[in-house]
Amino acid sequence: MTRAALRDQPLDAGAMLAEVSSSTNGAAVLFVGTVRDISEGRAVTGIDYTAYEAMAVRELESIAAEAGARFGTEDLVVEHRLGTLGLGEASVVIACAHPHRAQAFEAARWVIEEIKRRVPIWKREHYVDGTREWVDPTRAGMEAGRS
Amino acid sequence: MTITVLLFASYADALGRSALELSLPQGATVADAMAGLAGMPGSDRLPPSPLVAVNERWAARDQVLRAGDQVAIIPPVAGG
Repeated sequence: MTRAALRDQPLDAGAMLAEVSSSTNGAAVLFVGTVRDISEGRAVTGIDYTAYEAMAVRELESIAAEAGARFGTEDLVVEHRLGTLGLGEASVVIACAHPHRAQAFEAARWVIEEIKRRVPIWKREHYVDGTREWVDPTRAGMEAGRS
Repeated sequence: MTITVLLFASYADALGRSALELSLPQGATVADAMAGLAGMPGSDRLPPSPLVAVNERWAARDQVLRAGDQVAIIPPVAGG
């Protein structure tokens, strides 16, 4: 079974990796997205994550199930953090296992890109000067593929 | 009929609230609901065609609404 969740407490990547690992899988990939200290050249001190929670969980579950069907595994879990996170804290964790490494890598990559594309989650960055701003990835000048 | 509009993140900041109710005629669409927001203080800070979900599912502007629907106006998503 694939699984997805939103959490308001720190994510446990190790537990998620253990959840998908088994002797039938020759490969397990763990993706951990973390809060970076700089954004668009501005020093960041933390990030608030909020979501349209009911829909976000629905979308995360859909993405996990679609990835499972697409890449041929039931061993895929994804969790996204909500609340205020400090530098280096994990905002999203994807654990995916598969008999073969290529599919495990591809599934994890596909899941994070879909999360960025269609899960209603927003982040407000805190800057060193005390200001806070909602991040708009569609705004001109935002780099592609930022995490 | 009455529908509920949900606002999030920068859009909630723009209108100063996270939810409101709108009265619309039967047969009204998502686009009609958006038009119903026009004129409210802060609504000028919303884009002309934002992403919308109805009852937690992505929806097109021509989707017909029913009484009690929850219409969520979705700012550009930034998860991950």
